[in-house]
Amino acid sequence: MEKRVETATAEALAGVRVCDFCGQLAGAGATRWLAAFGAEVIRIEDPVREGRWDILRGVGPYVDERRGIEFGGGFNNHNTQKLGVTINLRTERGKELLTELVRQSDCVTENFAVGVLERWGFGYERLKAIKPDIVYVSNCGFGHTGPYKSFKTWGPIVQAVSGLTFSSGLPDLPPAGWGYSYMDHTGGYYMAMAILLALLHKKRTGEGQWVDLACTEAALTLHGPALLDWTVNGRPGRRQGQPHSNRDLSPPMAPHGIYPCRGDDAWVAIACRDDADWERLSSAIGADWTAGFAAQAARLANQDALDAAVSGWTASQDKFAVQRTLREAGVPCSAVQTPQERIDQDPDTEGRWPTVTHTAMGQVRVDGIPVRMSKTPWRIERGAPCLGEHNEAVFGRLLGLSAQDVAQLREEGAI
Amino acid sequence: MSALAGVRVIELANERIAFAGKLLADMGADVILVEPPGGDPARLYPPFLDDEPGPDRSLWWWHYHTSKRGVVLDLDDAGDRARFKALAATADVLLESEPAGRLAELGLDYDALRQVREDLIFVSMTPFGRGSPNGGAPATDLTLLAGGGPAWSCGYDDHALPPVRGGGNQGFHTGCHFAVMATLTALFHRLSSGEGQFIDVSMHGAQNVTTEAASYSWLVARQTVQRQTGRHAGVRPSQSTQMRCKDGRWVNTGVPPRAPAEFAQILGWLRELGLEDQLPEAIFLEMGAALPKPITYDLIGVDDEATAIFSAGREALALIAENLGAYDFFVGFQRRGIAVGVIYSPEEAFEDEHFRARGFQVVVPHEDLGRAFRYPGAPYKLPASPWRIARRAPRLGEHDREILG
Repeated sequence: MEKRVETATAEALAGVRVCDFCGQLAGAGATRWLAAFGAEVIRIEDPVREGRWDILRGVGPYVDERRGIEFGGGFNNHNTQKLGVTINLRTERGKELLTELVRQSDCVTENFAVGVLERWGFGYERLKAIKPDIVYVSNCGFGHTGPYKSFKTWGPIVQAVSGLTFSSGLPDLPPAGWGYSYMDHTGGYYMAMAILLALLHKKRTGEGQWVDLACTEAALTLHGPALLDWTVNGRPGRRQGQPHSNRDLSPPMAPHGIYPCRGDDAWVAIACRDDADWERLSSAIGADWTAGFAAQAARLANQDALDAAVSGWTASQDKFAVQRTLREAGVPCSAVQTPQERIDQDPDTEGRWPTVTHTAMGQVRVDGIPVRMSKTPWRIERGAPCLGEHNEAVFGRLLGLSAQDVAQLREEGAI
Repeated sequence: MSALAGVRVIELANERIAFAGKLLADMGADVILVEPPGGDPARLYPPFLDDEPGPDRSLWWWHYHTSKRGVVLDLDDAGDRARFKALAATADVLLESEPAGRLAELGLDYDALRQVREDLIFVSMTPFGRGSPNGGAPATDLTLLAGGGPAWSCGYDDHALPPVRGGGNQGFHTGCHFAVMATLTALFHRLSSGEGQFIDVSMHGAQNVTTEAASYSWLVARQTVQRQTGRHAGVRPSQSTQMRCKDGRWVNTGVPPRAPAEFAQILGWLRELGLEDQLPEAIFLEMGAALPKPITYDLIGVDDEATAIFSAGREALALIAENLGAYDFFVGFQRRGIAVGVIYSPEEAFEDEHFRARGFQVVVPHEDLGRAFRYPGAPYKLPASPWRIARRAPRLGEHDREILG
């Protein structure tokens, strides 16, 4: 076990200010990372539509019977540690407020459809005129150039068009795809990387830039070896017997699959990387039939029969008993864990689900960050902002407005 | 100038962390891959150039090690360990995914290396994180996705079929995304403070927070999502969102139409295609087009008219799918403002005109073979500090002399 490094800590991104129009998960997930490491992320929402451009604002799960824009569980999860202000960009005063915020920010982030921020009067040229070294990061499904730039996407559509849906499934069945927006999470990760890269560049050179992130393109980078098999060898992914994504060709492993266990919808994943893994698994199974699969070539050539035989061994057992037996033997193995099992009963995620305080919802558990940094730990304590929750604080501190000024702006419909 | 120009990264070769090194290398970092004598086992991962195995012919290797240089060092040998330490003294970042305890035994853990490089950013990415009770348990992409949550949510309506692992090494990728975000964050901190640090990434933890509503439905409301064919796992069953088109290929129908403009567009397209007569429910599309505002979900199944209009929208999509190929379905609906997607295989996406027009395909010379090949391109476009594949993956020991002298 490695020693824990105990030292004084700091916020890695302290002093970075982000004017954040991001919503849903693909955008909000990116600025969530920045906020957890100390950046000041100011989420800007439209008071007229009560911030409902972000469809998660009022959508469940809910902590209790209360409903409405302050009670969306997903919204709270994706917007921890951020500040929230409202600005009505239909008004001149609203445009002035945003201009002042941009002037004092390092970065403007958004994941609108193409052209939306431009139509509000804040395209890149305008942002640059306000703040010459601004980092502007836009994240949309197909990016800001190309024949499909006006096409609209959600996570499942990004996954469909980029090949991710196709490559998840079993043979002779429809695509299984992803049972969640993998590319909203992952698009958010790429957006966070892009922001950090552009901030590093700015810090070293003084130069800002506009980063055009297309979620579909980020997704398409996630199939490297399969794409090279196409461009180098001319072998398509759409071919007989494929996809079969519970198996593995690169490297070839057998057995390699998800097998039934005792109980309702109970499964265990087992992977034998080589003959040594297979010998360990064979010993654990302790049955004569294993002798017929001693060589990897034989296992790979007869995977259907092998999978049926392994299923015969797992089917009568508890999934965690199989996991314990095989991990002790040194074979890669894991129960397919339910949310409850991996969140509340798994020692390896203990302490990784922080509880935040949300002004309306109260105490709520959220996703943590699976990274420990010895000098600059993350912090997730505050829930997502309620609509305009930090108007007084942000407009007061950054723009020097008094409580009366802010009340007046609200009266005028500017915020 | 590249965003990471002048940043030196030492990567201890390991299949799990290779992608993190690539992401940094393609942004301009000087990534030096350290392999044991005989090479990293991933050099023998298929597929191979022309299907002929060989340590410099693995396309897996080609993809995950672009833009890096490579050296061979035997860390079990004292002389090479000294050479490694000297190299680490020139590094800004170290990436490793070694078995628990191995680097400490070799005298090359964080405490040892910070003696030669005080401000080193030491990134350790392991299946369960350093200090885990499961630290010694072997793991693969499959077992990580099974234990960490994704597999529970992926698969088919029929739960007699097993949960499905999404293809393409995504469990490793997810771990690497966190490793890279953390590395960039630490580099930013180092620019202002001069401090390095120790970073411990848990791949199991990374999957756990990359499951969208599966985690937060449990965290917020103690609800459990159930997997469904080709769409979001849900606490309650939802309607299918995949349709098979005339050419046998599949499309994703996204969020079903609910807005008046969408019903008007669908009706117009049905007429253009001469299909209106085949849809007895077309009258409801007209009613939908005349609605004052979109149908809200709470009306569906409760209000008869709203339910009929909503169902007619879905019927119209199905009828168009029966009569068109998947690509035409995708482009036709998107041009009419309705978000649907063709379910492409990876190479079909790669060859699509949109990605070609954006310059996604890049050509990488393999001068050693006298050939050049098309590779997947940039995940993001940073015009002032561009992504670039600076060189093909290194052959075994290719840069020994250049780097070790």
